[in-house]
Amino acid sequence: MKQRLLELWNLLRTLASDDAYERYVDHCSQAHSRDALLTRQEFYKRQQETKWSGISRCC
Amino acid sequence: MRKLLWILVALTGAFAVGGIALHRGESINAMWIVVAAVCVYAVGYRFYSAWVLAKVLSADPGRATPALRLNNGRDFMPTHRWIVFGHHFAAIAGPGPLIGPTLAAQFGYLPGTLWILIGAVLGGCVQDMTILFLSTRRDGRSLGQMARDELGPVGGLAAIVGTLTIMIILIAVLGLVVVNAMKHSPWATATVFATIPIAVLVGLYLRNIRPGRVLEGSLLGVALLLFAVVGGGWVDHHPTLRALFDLDGTGIAAFVIGYGFIAAVLPVWLLLAPRDYLSTFLKLGTILLLAIAVVLMRPEIKMPAVTQFIDGTGPIFGGALFPFVFITIACGAISGFHALVSSGTTPKLIGSETDARLIGYGSMMLESCVAIMAMIAATLLEPGVYFAINSGPGVVGATADAAVATISSWGFPVTAEQMHALATEMGEATLFARTGGAPSLAVGMASIFSNAFGQGLLALWYHFAIMFEAVFILTTLDAGTRVGRFMLQDALSHVWRPFGQTSWYPSVLIASALIVAGWGYFLYIGVVDPNGGINILWPLFGIANQLLAGIALCVATGILVKHGKLRYAWVTALPLAWIAIVCTAATWQKVVSTDVRVGFLAAAEALAEKLASGGLTPEQAAVAPQLIFNQRLDAALALMLTAILWIVIADMLRVSWRVVKGLPVPPSSEAPAVALAEVRT
Repeated sequence: MKQRLLELWNLLRTLASDDAYERYVDHCSQAHSRDALLTRQEFYKRQQETKWSGISRCC
Repeated sequence: MRKLLWILVALTGAFAVGGIALHRGESINAMWIVVAAVCVYAVGYRFYSAWVLAKVLSADPGRATPALRLNNGRDFMPTHRWIVFGHHFAAIAGPGPLIGPTLAAQFGYLPGTLWILIGAVLGGCVQDMTILFLSTRRDGRSLGQMARDELGPVGGLAAIVGTLTIMIILIAVLGLVVVNAMKHSPWATATVFATIPIAVLVGLYLRNIRPGRVLEGSLLGVALLLFAVVGGGWVDHHPTLRALFDLDGTGIAAFVIGYGFIAAVLPVWLLLAPRDYLSTFLKLGTILLLAIAVVLMRPEIKMPAVTQFIDGTGPIFGGALFPFVFITIACGAISGFHALVSSGTTPKLIGSETDARLIGYGSMMLESCVAIMAMIAATLLEPGVYFAINSGPGVVGATADAAVATISSWGFPVTAEQMHALATEMGEATLFARTGGAPSLAVGMASIFSNAFGQGLLALWYHFAIMFEAVFILTTLDAGTRVGRFMLQDALSHVWRPFGQTSWYPSVLIASALIVAGWGYFLYIGVVDPNGGINILWPLFGIANQLLAGIALCVATGILVKHGKLRYAWVTALPLAWIAIVCTAATWQKVVSTDVRVGFLAAAEALAEKLASGGLTPEQAAVAPQLIFNQRLDAALALMLTAILWIVIADMLRVSWRVVKGLPVPPSSEAPAVALAEVRT
């Protein structure tokens, strides 16, 4: 039961891109060198700027 | 066993569709429509979408998607298909599928419902899935880029002009919807005003206090928004505050225009991004709640299946069933705008090519479902009430007595007392002539919610619904202005290079001001128009949206032919042909019709004659020259949009003909195939 709730919580976090930074850090630790890692705040700002530079909302 | 189940689903669907189509009685239960819709979607998804994906698009689960090949942990990143589905649905679902069906309900519940179901399953869903798939094969390239690469520069230019035009008209018409919901409604105005500081607060929280903690910030924001709905009620009961927020149409329009400009030049994290999180949560929550409430309450549909207004004399917008039901309901059946989203961020997240079915086809099905619910919410109102709310004073008469007399004479009885009692219940001074669809939808939603979740609180539910619509209309307004600004800056950079720097402030301010001036003009004209403005702007928006769909389907058809799939090209060519017929017929009527309620030019002539002969009151005469100019401008705009559509169709046919004849064509821009195994290692 507890496991299920935790899974649901994680799903909700991913859906809301609440865990985007954690996933980014994971990705960097796997793929790239660690020196270019952005801080949480820098990452959030860049993520928002990328998201809203194209058409991401509709009628 | 499986086969038996699907035969059963198909039979139930056919029975329910037959039931709603042939039913001619006092009223019909909404569950008939719900069951018909669910069965049609299920069969469409299970069979048609699977066939299109496998046979027509030849999706290959063994081929690495750009998310895998170009994974950078940020914009390119393989993501679980249900997560991408959620993001994609949140991106495509806007106010369109709520407003279109509400307006088209003037023809009765049947025509709109059938078009939403058939249009989605054979048109809109196919378009969304195909464009998503084709963009995924091209590293997430945009519709405009694909048009240029695959068809040539003409197609590319048409896509850009079409996008910019639709953006301006869309923002104007949505702004008008908000203005009509807020004018002389202190409660709605105070609540919508309060959403702005709330969003800024959440923005600061997400950037400075707890960076990126979206769930916490949104929870805080949604709680504050609900409080703002209650707070709006207090303002409404306070004599001094009430007067402060009691604004007329032009006042609110000026506010929306100023707001749009400021929002477009502020950094995204401060206002746009946080409000989008709030609006997404509200949207998903409200849609879910509405679906549950409809099933729990099983309301009776009071609107007839088909009304006498299919002949073109309807009070909400002029024009006959064909082609105007297909123009009025764009989002929910087929929406070209989705092609822009499907060729944006989504293709960069897809982990497998076969996911395009769930994400592209599935999201659009859900969007279509929202349109069906909006149709139910509009048609469960007493038809007399529905027409009283949605008809402009220029059509039914400016006073309450005149309006109820006109509407009752059509065979939809309604009394001034009934309207007054309803307005009081909803916490409003009046509900007459609140054109634009949002207020009547809010009344429908409030009555569903209060019936399903306990009586009373009608006024709260009503203003919650208004706030909900306003919040995500304002998000579309911000985001649209910003995208328009980027496109304009890009175009202006060809004239003078520094304009292309998207963060150079003089360029930002000038480009934003130009875009805001564009939609602000149409918004202002819509507000001063005694016929409500929606009847002019919404068809124009529909034509523009269908034009974009036409461009998207041209790109898809051209690519299918180039890839040797000529015999399957009808999958996108058939919806394209229908769109071309509808758009051309609608434009033709909007330009040449002698009926002043349909033809732009006829309306301009009639008004000019009245002005010349002195048949107008001083107030009417003051705005008449602007209205005359606007009608002529609209005629030119509609002609331009349809001309663009035919130019792109001709370009697509030219490329297809060259393919068939074996002549050289622009090479395929598909990224080279990389096997899954190569990326994984």
